[in-house]
Amino acid sequence: MERKILLKHLDVPGIRTFGVFRSTGGYRSVEHALKNMTPDEVVEEVKESGLRGRGGAGFPAGMKWSFIDRKSNKPRYLICNADESEPGTFKDRYLMEKIPHLLIEGMICSCYALGANTGYIYVRGEYKYIIGILNEAIREAYDHGFLGKNILGSNYNLDIHVHSGAGAYICGEETALIESLEGKRGNPRIKPPFPAVVGLYGCPTVVNNVETLANIGFIVNHGGSEFARYGMGKSTGTKLISACGNINNPGVYEIELGLSVREFLYDPKYCGGIKNGKELKAVIAGGSSVPILPANLILQTAAGAERLMTYESLAEGGFVSGTMLGSGGFIVYDEDACIVRNTWNLARFYHHESCGQCSPCREGTGWMENVLHRIENGHGRQKDIDLLVSIASKIEGNTICPLGDAAAWPVASAIRHFRHEFEEHVLHPERCGRNEIGKLENVES
Amino acid sequence: MLDKRINHPLHEKEGKEICFSEASLQKVEQIISRYPKGKEKSALLPLLHIAQEEFEGYLSVDVMDYVAKILNIQPIEVYEVATFYSQYYLDPVGKHVIEICRTGPCAICGGEAMQAYLEKKLSVKEGETTTDGLFTLKAVECLGACGSAPVMQINTEFYEHLTFEKIDQILDELTKKAKEAKSEKSLWKEKFF
Ligand SMILES: Cc1cc2nc3c(=O)[nH]c(=O)nc-3n(C[C@H](O)[C@H](O)[C@H](O)COP(=O)(O)O)c2cc1C
Ligand code: SF4
Ligand code: FES
Repeated sequence: MERKILLKHLDVPGIRTFGVFRSTGGYRSVEHALKNMTPDEVVEEVKESGLRGRGGAGFPAGMKWSFIDRKSNKPRYLICNADESEPGTFKDRYLMEKIPHLLIEGMICSCYALGANTGYIYVRGEYKYIIGILNEAIREAYDHGFLGKNILGSNYNLDIHVHSGAGAYICGEETALIESLEGKRGNPRIKPPFPAVVGLYGCPTVVNNVETLANIGFIVNHGGSEFARYGMGKSTGTKLISACGNINNPGVYEIELGLSVREFLYDPKYCGGIKNGKELKAVIAGGSSVPILPANLILQTAAGAERLMTYESLAEGGFVSGTMLGSGGFIVYDEDACIVRNTWNLARFYHHESCGQCSPCREGTGWMENVLHRIENGHGRQKDIDLLVSIASKIEGNTICPLGDAAAWPVASAIRHFRHEFEEHVLHPERCGRNEIGKLENVES
Repeated sequence: MLDKRINHPLHEKEGKEICFSEASLQKVEQIISRYPKGKEKSALLPLLHIAQEEFEGYLSVDVMDYVAKILNIQPIEVYEVATFYSQYYLDPVGKHVIEICRTGPCAICGGEAMQAYLEKKLSVKEGETTTDGLFTLKAVECLGACGSAPVMQINTEFYEHLTFEKIDQILDELTKKAKEAKSEKSLWKEKFF
């Protein structure tokens, strides 16, 4: 099972440049779409492909495209979400750094399908050198007539611009991203109206992840049904997984959806097993926002079936014993990891990144951080554990944007699966030495 | 929450009109042209990056007011943005801002020890600047490089797979370079610290 769509030509020297990219068949999809297909036909192929959004939520891309308001005579926009700030996720950076033209090619086909004449790539501010790479790729595309006016003599005009963020996780949320692109604070908007109707500058807008858009060229070239032959069931295609944590081979891997978690985790082609010969303790399979699972439940479902890298298999068991594929940020914890400390760390992250618009999120994330800090530092009380569960449940579902849920799930799932560790921290705080790591006196110089 | 206090340090700007260099002005014009007519405010985030880089590494109120004027928006519209995003600094910073990642994936791979080591080596706490004005240490959230944890970013450069020895090397090099070229740019900072 080694079929690739995105990283097939990764090892071709110079693939970052237009000339080499083109010689591997690059930009053929643009010629094909503009000369032989109507925009609606492109949308149909994407629907047929079953491609689901790779940014985290997994919403079918073709369906999202079909919601775009075609009746309004306002301009339409495509925004590529390259904000990539979900802890554990670094696949979009990899793709843009190695094969930037794959994204540009996909965006041209997508803009054509949506009837957009302007596309923006919103890149997180920390990826400054990526902005340079993208600008260079875009310039090359203009020089070769794939961007600009009257592309390939088709009468279709398209401009693509790169836009830089400035450090705010919340701007990965699509409506916050739109606000930010308009030059404002990244405060998410209440939906509906959805961006497909009222988006950037009040115009119909589609926001898609980098990896989602990078798949479009293949779908245009080979057809949606060919794409759907990759993967398994409703999890069609391949997925970039960024693997990190206590493993032998951290990095970005393109896997065909349907690979077993066990193979991904232990095969030397992928993660290569746990570092230093340690035991596996837990995995966060789809970026820090999805529920953490202990070793037994990540390898097998509660019903005893082999857990696979698909949207469905990872979600099996719901939030009681399952998790989500999310953004593909695969974080592995070995036996030495302290779940309490990790949960506190992530709670701090979400508190820091909350935009502060809704009280359950603004107050709740701070409260959870404080209580976890107390437990981690040996001042916890037995009832704190249930207090955390209660706060998490009150944030979940009661906020404007899903950041509230994203903050609640890691806490709720850590307590669900590792309650004994929280209790141990309350009863015998001295037994876990992990909170000493960051202390100055323990650093040898 | 990302809210930051707006601070107006007593910098010596009186009489000096704040103005972008010719090269930056060209860049600014080019950036503004990427957005539709009437939507120039969209250029605010990129412009603040340029301003911060050009004007001593942070955004003073005067600089923010200048950017507001360029975009023809109210100063408050700039302040509310500058206080929201973590990459804009409202207080003077050292010549090099060290951003050490403190989020989960880095933390389980030694990130916490790296931060502690940096604090010890530089004799500063997170958020502070060394007395020579050379380094400001900031602990930041996931930099999108978790596969090479622990990670830090200095200016636009990523430094990955950090060890104590590597940190020594990097800082020594930056210190050496700064000593060799004591430019105008670093002199103003000595007045501050
Ligand atoms: C707090 C938060 C952060 C998000 N961050 C990102 C991100 O960094 N990149 C991304 O592509 N999607 C992110 N999303 C999902 C986007 O809102 C949106 O669903 C996605 O960009 C749609 O693209 P897709 O359908 O191609 O996945 C985030 C969502 C939330 C709630
Ligand atoms: S859930 Fe949190 S991040 Fe989202 S809008 Fe509300 S306060 Fe802001
Ligand atoms: S957690 Fe440090 S780079 Fe992602």
